Amino acid sequence: MTMAILTDRPATSRHTAPAPKPRRNHARTLRRLPGYLCVALLLVVVTYPLLWLFLGSFKTQDEFLNGSTTALPDSFTNFGNYSQAWSSVATYLQNSLLTVVPALALIIVLGTAAGFALEVLVWKGRQTTLLLFLAGIMIPGQMILLPLFTVYFELHLTGTLWPLVITYTATGLPLTVFMMATYFRAVPKQVFEAATMDGASIIRSFVSIGFPMMRNAILTIALVQFFFLWNDLLIALTFTTDDAQRTVQVGLLNFTGRFGVVEYGPTFAAICINVLLILAIYVFLNQRVMRGLAAGAVKG
Amino acid sequence: MHSVLGDRRSVAILLGPALLVYSLVMLVPMLWSLGYTFFTGSVITGFTWAGGANFSRLLEDPALPEALWFTVEYALVITAGQVVVGYLLALLYVFFLRRAGSIVRTLVFFPVILPTVAVALLFQKFFEYAPQTGPVNAMIEAFGGSGVDWFATPGNAFLVVALMDIWRSMGFYAVLLYAGLLDIPDEMMEAAAIDGAGTWRLIRSIVVPLSLPVLVSSLVFSINGTLKAFDSIYALTGGGPGSATTPLTLYMYQTSFAYGDYGYGSTIALTLTVLCLLVTVFIFRGTRRDTGLG
Repeated sequence: MTMAILTDRPATSRHTAPAPKPRRNHARTLRRLPGYLCVALLLVVVTYPLLWLFLGSFKTQDEFLNGSTTALPDSFTNFGNYSQAWSSVATYLQNSLLTVVPALALIIVLGTAAGFALEVLVWKGRQTTLLLFLAGIMIPGQMILLPLFTVYFELHLTGTLWPLVITYTATGLPLTVFMMATYFRAVPKQVFEAATMDGASIIRSFVSIGFPMMRNAILTIALVQFFFLWNDLLIALTFTTDDAQRTVQVGLLNFTGRFGVVEYGPTFAAICINVLLILAIYVFLNQRVMRGLAAGAVKG
Repeated sequence: MHSVLGDRRSVAILLGPALLVYSLVMLVPMLWSLGYTFFTGSVITGFTWAGGANFSRLLEDPALPEALWFTVEYALVITAGQVVVGYLLALLYVFFLRRAGSIVRTLVFFPVILPTVAVALLFQKFFEYAPQTGPVNAMIEAFGGSGVDWFATPGNAFLVVALMDIWRSMGFYAVLLYAGLLDIPDEMMEAAAIDGAGTWRLIRSIVVPLSLPVLVSSLVFSINGTLKAFDSIYALTGGGPGSATTPLTLYMYQTSFAYGDYGYGSTIALTLTVLCLLVTVFIFRGTRRDTGLG
């Protein structure tokens, strides 16, 4: 297949030449057919489960149990599932927002400042400190859960959203600090030296030059961290003790078994709400999301 | 010259808060967790000194080798699957779709950012046997077979977990490896093609060797993630049937919170950490040797 495409290269560049022979075109399409089939299969594999989920969110319990699973729903205006799902998902969404947004803000401010201090400022021990942060990327979450649970319990924070905000902030820092340090490495030090010589304090040159300069990088990192925190299950599962503090993911997990019998329609609608929210972000920021996550992997 | 950027007070103000939060919430608990391995009990029941009992239990516990083996098996199978499927997709992107593939890349990447819980519940329903017959079983029945209760046997449950994890992450590895493949100079490929290299020869002698660095970093990233996998398995199979799909992460969670034994839970967490460290060191030594030769 690859060979065919490679030898095609001169052919494609010749397209500007007048009227390519029709027979050659046929042969070319035929040779590329297996490739097209692969792509078609790939797209079906990726999109069909999601499409099936979406169609299911409009079906009634009866359609689920007695109808064909691949059939279209009887009505596309059956929003009953959504309103039933929303009655509990709304609280979960609120909890997720109340934990993820403050944690994200803290991660960005603290992480960017630390990245600046580690990369731009000159002092002894900064390499060691950077390595110390790096160690945090490797530690499994299981290693810190139990002591944290004990502390939150003793401080009577269990039953509030504070344990989640605090733990999220800390777990997001290592990667953020590391990535910010890498981004600051690309900025010539003279920029900050000049600002300092002109009489700005270092703090000031961070606030009015360093931070704004990193706007783009910050948005990318914030996006990456948002997905990590929003999709987290382990931490949310450990530190939420009752239904009132459940985040979207924990709530969704408990949603299924709520009434003993699985209520398919509302469950599908609840999963769909979760998926559609992410889709809404992805539609606008997909290129940035892809670049950000790939960069996080390569550097981490 | 650098001395203007060497102000200690500024370092403390900028770095202090992050370092403090990080130390208090991650480093201190990590050491504290090491301390727990010598105790038994939980925060509710109180702790009692256990000496080395947790470690001798670790050696005798029949569930531990099982969970350890599942962790390793899972990490190897999923890592291989993710990287191989991702690499095939990347080859498809580079050589077949080329610049036109942006939409395909974007679509295939979408499941990567979906919440694991949502994907797990979707797959649970997609492979369901009863009371609703999911699409997979419906298709088997349409071809004359009889439906399979996918979550009833260890082998099938593992298969569904593997398929799910590859489905939701292949787009990520494809984009990562695609970026690596794009770095290979076009002239080199054309020169080899003109010299008469066939497709497989071209892939084997030029594409694979030149994309080796990015392949290795994908492997490292993947194995690090799969050794710590928790969400997908917890949400999809809950470790079952029985404890057939229970990795160390889940076993630690159950021991600590279902049975309220923080001491033994910490000992399992330590086992997991040591495993991650060993694998990382092993990979780094392996890759250093590679670059030394190249």
